[in-house]
Amino acid sequence: MTSSTETTVSGPPGEPDETTTAADPAVAAELVGRSPGQLMWLRFKRDRTGVISAYVVGFFFVVAILAPVIAKLYGKDPYTLYGQNEPGLLNDFGYPIAPNGGMSGRFWFGIEPNLGRDVFTQLIYGIRTSLGIALAVTIAVTVTAILLGISAGYLGGRVDYFVGRITDLLMAFPAQLFFVAVMPVVTAVFVSPVDETPTYLRVVALITVQWFLGWMGLSRLLRGQVLSLREREFIEAARVTGASSWRIVRRELLPNLVTPILVQSTLMLPTFVTAEAGLSFLGVGLVEPTPDWGRMFAIGGEIYQNDLTYMFFPGIAMVIFIVAFNLLGDSVRDAFDPKAAR
Amino acid sequence: MSNDISLSKAPAAAAAGEPAGETLLQVSGLTKHFPVMGGFPFKRQVGTVQAVDGIDLTVRAAESFGLVGESGCGKSTTGRLITRLLEPTAGTVSYRGQDISHATRKELAPVRSEIQMIFQDPYSSLNPRQTVGTIIGGPMEINGINPPGGREKRVRELLETVGLNPEHFNRFPHEFSGGQRQRIGVARALALEPRLIVADEPVSALDVSIQAQVVNLLQQVQREMGIAFLFIAHDLAIVRHFSQRVAVMYLGKIVEVGDRDSIYQRPRHPYTHALLSAVPEVELEGEERERERIRLAGDVPSPINPPSGCRFRTRCWKAADKCAVEEPPLIRLAGAEEGHLTACHFPEEPTIAARDEDIVMDPALAALEDVSDRPQ
Ligand SMILES: Nc1ncnc2c1ncn2[C@@H]1O[C@H](COP(=O)(O)OP(=O)(O)O)[C@@H](O)[C@H]1O
Ligand code: SF4
Ligand SMILES: [Mg+2]
Repeated sequence: MTSSTETTVSGPPGEPDETTTAADPAVAAELVGRSPGQLMWLRFKRDRTGVISAYVVGFFFVVAILAPVIAKLYGKDPYTLYGQNEPGLLNDFGYPIAPNGGMSGRFWFGIEPNLGRDVFTQLIYGIRTSLGIALAVTIAVTVTAILLGISAGYLGGRVDYFVGRITDLLMAFPAQLFFVAVMPVVTAVFVSPVDETPTYLRVVALITVQWFLGWMGLSRLLRGQVLSLREREFIEAARVTGASSWRIVRRELLPNLVTPILVQSTLMLPTFVTAEAGLSFLGVGLVEPTPDWGRMFAIGGEIYQNDLTYMFFPGIAMVIFIVAFNLLGDSVRDAFDPKAAR
Repeated sequence: MSNDISLSKAPAAAAAGEPAGETLLQVSGLTKHFPVMGGFPFKRQVGTVQAVDGIDLTVRAAESFGLVGESGCGKSTTGRLITRLLEPTAGTVSYRGQDISHATRKELAPVRSEIQMIFQDPYSSLNPRQTVGTIIGGPMEINGINPPGGREKRVRELLETVGLNPEHFNRFPHEFSGGQRQRIGVARALALEPRLIVADEPVSALDVSIQAQVVNLLQQVQREMGIAFLFIAHDLAIVRHFSQRVAVMYLGKIVEVGDRDSIYQRPRHPYTHALLSAVPEVELEGEERERERIRLAGDVPSPINPPSGCRFRTRCWKAADKCAVEEPPLIRLAGAEEGHLTACHFPEEPTIAARDEDIVMDPALAALEDVSDRPQ
């Protein structure tokens, strides 16, 4: 019996044979059982770092979802070339006239040099785009990893062998290089080079290439988990009562895989945000005029010697987002698995 | 090889006579070999684990049958073959006359509910993410059983039957102790109202103080509900109070089988003698004499490469040349009771009284001695 079990045991009355640690009257009094999920939630709520990170991450998602509303209240959009339409905002070289990159009560985060767009709305719309793509990749990757990982682990044999070899192969690919090389190819498959590539197609291509090289880690992890779970006697107990494989996967295996799935996808999402930003930075992501978080760094990189402020807000936002998300992932893991060392 | 043995043995078993009670389970020539894979870079089979090698046994309705042997003898594999968690390499398992040796899940469905299993490890046999109610009610759900009053009512009844608080059906396994968990496992096995339960060392993972209570529960269940048990254990102490008939298993083979009294008081196989002398307090009624003392040293040899002839010969103090070349058939020895079969060329006296000299086997020393010099 592990020590963690010992403390949560609350023996029912009239069971004198068991030396349960029912000394705690509060524990013994309550009759409703706590599920592992509820215990996890209780532990999570006690973790202050985790709760704060969750709020920060939640804030980013709220901003992303409500970007159009925020922009409307704020009264500007990310497309209008304010600096070019209105004299007095940009100087002859295309840089904001006002100090600090043109920050003012009207343009909170300043004005973009040259084109003269509003940085604040660009950023919140950019976050919206990037988070949306990262979320889509995360979902696609997680579903794929669950399907392939569980199949490989549960079915074993030939399926396991082939999934394993494909995993090895794809893991050997240099991801960033692959993205840069393949993105134009993927878009070219659907659109002839003379035509303008529609934005949705670029988005689909971005999701596809990241999904293609994204699922192996989680899939391999889940396979390992299934391999060890498969040997547990409760699986055999289910089979003795006549449960089908499908039922065993759904009712016996999956509930025990929620932890690694949740933890890994929480840690995965920010990496997809940075990957997408990286691609846009390298010029193979989304193109103008679609607002994009990563491309703001590309623009910032070109002009930072003359207008450092432009890079400031996207950069700070990105750092906060990544740090908060990783802290959240750690907290979720600690809450699920209190035995694992920090 | 194993087939020959089981064939030559069949008449012996028949000669032992078919005692009263419907035959529920009939196992003959049951064999399970696991492949051992190895090699690089291409995996291929480099050997076989002969976990179970041609065993025969019969379990009658409402009877408790004990299967005893050291760890690694193939007891769990036998249990899993009978519940068809594993598919036999050879031999047959028939339940009430129906051959289920190679039945698929769908073909098994009608008898599934009648053969249930209780597992050894109370910590790994309950899904940590399911409530007790789901764990015990699951079998009914899978088999589409809707008891009068609903499944929840039945789950509560079952919890009460196994001595747990029926209000705890919403709790999770981690909230129970080992003994309580094992009771949940018993309730799950009872949920389908089975006629045969394979109990694979159901108490050996529990505290000694709790073992007796769980055994009592099983005994009560067995008697009151008339369920047949195949009770697997690694020593003879627990089985003694539980089983009417006992089989002793060594390295994939049954070496001795018979009625309880016959096995405990008139054992013939050296291995049974050794196991019995390890039982702490087998008090013999009316027998004041001192008991024999045998200490078996070493481990069970690897089932990948079992000894030739009699598999026990590497640890047997009576082993002779014949034991290495000829496998002893499982037969009824002269003077043995009906149904008492022994597989040994040089069986021991049918008594467990003290010998002139205690037997202390050390395989390292035994290997140095010339085996043929020993008295037979
Ligand atoms: N799935 C398996 N694959 C390979 N070998 C196995 C497997 N299951 C059991 N064995 C081997 O078969 C032998 C008998 O095991 P088991 O039936 O568990 O013995 P017992 O229950 O008597 O301790 C052991 O040597 C064990 O290593
Ligand atoms: S056959 Fe020989 S080796 Fe085997 S138990 Fe009998 S005496 Fe010992
Ligand atoms: Mg075992």
